[in-house]
Amino acid sequence: MIRYVVKRLVILIPTLLVVAIIMFTLMDFVPGDPAVIALGSGNHTQEEIELKRESMGLNKPYITRLGEYLGNLIFHFDFGTSIVDGTQIKTAISDRFPNTLKIALGSILVTIIVGLPLGVRTAVRANTWEDKISLFITLLLDCMPSFWVGLLLVLLFALKLGWLPSSGVGGLKYFVLPVIANSLGGLAGFTRQTRASMLEVIRSDLVTTARSKGLSEREVIYGHALPNALIPIITIVGMRFGQMLGGATIIEVIFSIPGLGPYLVNGIGSQDYTVVTGGIIFIAFSFAIIMLLTDLVYAFVDPRIKAQYVARNRKGGRKDE
Amino acid sequence: MSRVENVGAEKEVGKEKKHGGHGKMGRHGGRGHKKSSESLKPGSLAYIWHSISHNKGAVMGMVLIVLIVLLSILSPYLCRWGYAELDVLNAKSGPSLTHLLGCDELGRDLLSRVLYGARYTLYIGLAGTALSVVIGVTLGAIAGYFGGLVDSCVMRFLDVFQAFPQLILAMAFCAVFGSGLNNCVAALGLTGIAGFARLMRANILRIRDMEYIEASVSINCPTRKIITGHIIPNAVSPIIVEIAMSISRNGLASSSLSFLGLGVRPPYPEWGAMLAGARNYIRDCPHMVIVPGVFIVICVLSFNLIGDALRDALDPKLKK
Repeated sequence: MIRYVVKRLVILIPTLLVVAIIMFTLMDFVPGDPAVIALGSGNHTQEEIELKRESMGLNKPYITRLGEYLGNLIFHFDFGTSIVDGTQIKTAISDRFPNTLKIALGSILVTIIVGLPLGVRTAVRANTWEDKISLFITLLLDCMPSFWVGLLLVLLFALKLGWLPSSGVGGLKYFVLPVIANSLGGLAGFTRQTRASMLEVIRSDLVTTARSKGLSEREVIYGHALPNALIPIITIVGMRFGQMLGGATIIEVIFSIPGLGPYLVNGIGSQDYTVVTGGIIFIAFSFAIIMLLTDLVYAFVDPRIKAQYVARNRKGGRKDE
Repeated sequence: MSRVENVGAEKEVGKEKKHGGHGKMGRHGGRGHKKSSESLKPGSLAYIWHSISHNKGAVMGMVLIVLIVLLSILSPYLCRWGYAELDVLNAKSGPSLTHLLGCDELGRDLLSRVLYGARYTLYIGLAGTALSVVIGVTLGAIAGYFGGLVDSCVMRFLDVFQAFPQLILAMAFCAVFGSGLNNCVAALGLTGIAGFARLMRANILRIRDMEYIEASVSINCPTRKIITGHIIPNAVSPIIVEIAMSISRNGLASSSLSFLGLGVRPPYPEWGAMLAGARNYIRDCPHMVIVPGVFIVICVLSFNLIGDALRDALDPKLKK
């Protein structure tokens, strides 16, 4: 098991390093001189621009700057400062990320709490009217852009009914609409995937065996079928969580929540490339960590993976990754 | 290996387990050419067409798409108002006989704008997918065919692509390329590469070890026939399904990007961009928010329905 963790980490670290290098490089080739952007609007003489370039270290060769950036990133977890307003990106991210995380966590909780029982129930009652209604609704929800759902929710619950606030942050009730808007699409997909996973197990031999032993239907479903169906669902939860982290960015823009989303979008709008680079690298890091945890939980829960890994090690490591 | 499964799970964003679902289907049991109850041979074009045309959802999807395409092309001739024409007196008015779906804040007819805007969504959906397919399938086929070092290199390269949530990756590309129609296509096209490449690679690896390939080899079937008769049809069908799904995904993503001001920018009537503008008037003119969204849903839903039907038609094993 420890070997598996180490192996995953060994793959993860270079990937993240390459992510950082690529983001830095891409942003370096973006048209527009950072020195001019930093100086703000208005006309600037060539000397001013040159001075600014000097002070921002833009005159150094690309490879030196990349080295410095990566060094700061790895050893101090420092993303540098914003070109436009000179603020520390690290502080901005640590102020804003909790909001994004709250939305993502809330969304995945809603998804699991609603999607899992619904998926199991519709699988058990496959092809009944309940199942068909659920399939229809999830199909529809799956096609709705989350930001549009957000706008409709604002329209109904904030403007027409006045039950919930339409924007900003504060208590728990400020997060209700964003979380619902962010989770509905993923919830629909998750329900269908749970149903599919459950159906596959219900049709398998182990359920037939359990039934033939004379177990009650309840024991068959919750004692035998569900635990087996849950294993692939763990991976799906991880994927969904990652997607919801990405989806939270657009939701934050709609509900004016000061999270990473508006930070990135404003950064792109004002050509603040250090902010964009930093923000995106940070999101990639969090995403990677979620994926890593998912894989580890999966490997821990599914004895087949563990066994396979041990067996493969003994054989001298046949890779099919 | 669990990584591959991750991808399997991600692939079918919101869809039921089908080809390679959770990466498990492929390994358990082959998907042989079972004779269905109908006389048509599974996998033949006639069979696929028969299956799709008997699927109510798919027929509805196809009808809707054809309708949207036709209306979009003909919108300059059909609509009374041009998509950029201002009718200031009726600004912000709701649906009426003069403006069937109402007007936006400048008095532009929403119906003509929405119909005209369909071409952006369809173009981005199709062109972005084409880009992903060409690059992704080639990379996946190379990785799957050559294996070894080449495979590892390609897969590590794809890992980098998959280190981001899709929307964030698309935003990153948009930040680099700048906004605009073709930049949006490029951003979404590049974002989709990893999915197609992994799918193609998994297909080739799966098919290579299939019993029916072994069987064909053992009865001395010519290699050419194995490739054209067994490997290509089986490798291509999941890709075709994925194409339909990718078009709908790109349609959603393009509206998200345009909503954020990173894709197609106003005044062009892209649906997401229209929603971004409508957001400020949500209190007084809810129809401005509702109309473009409904069209996004119709468009995405149609492609999803077609994709689902294709999946059923191309994967006879799941027919039950």
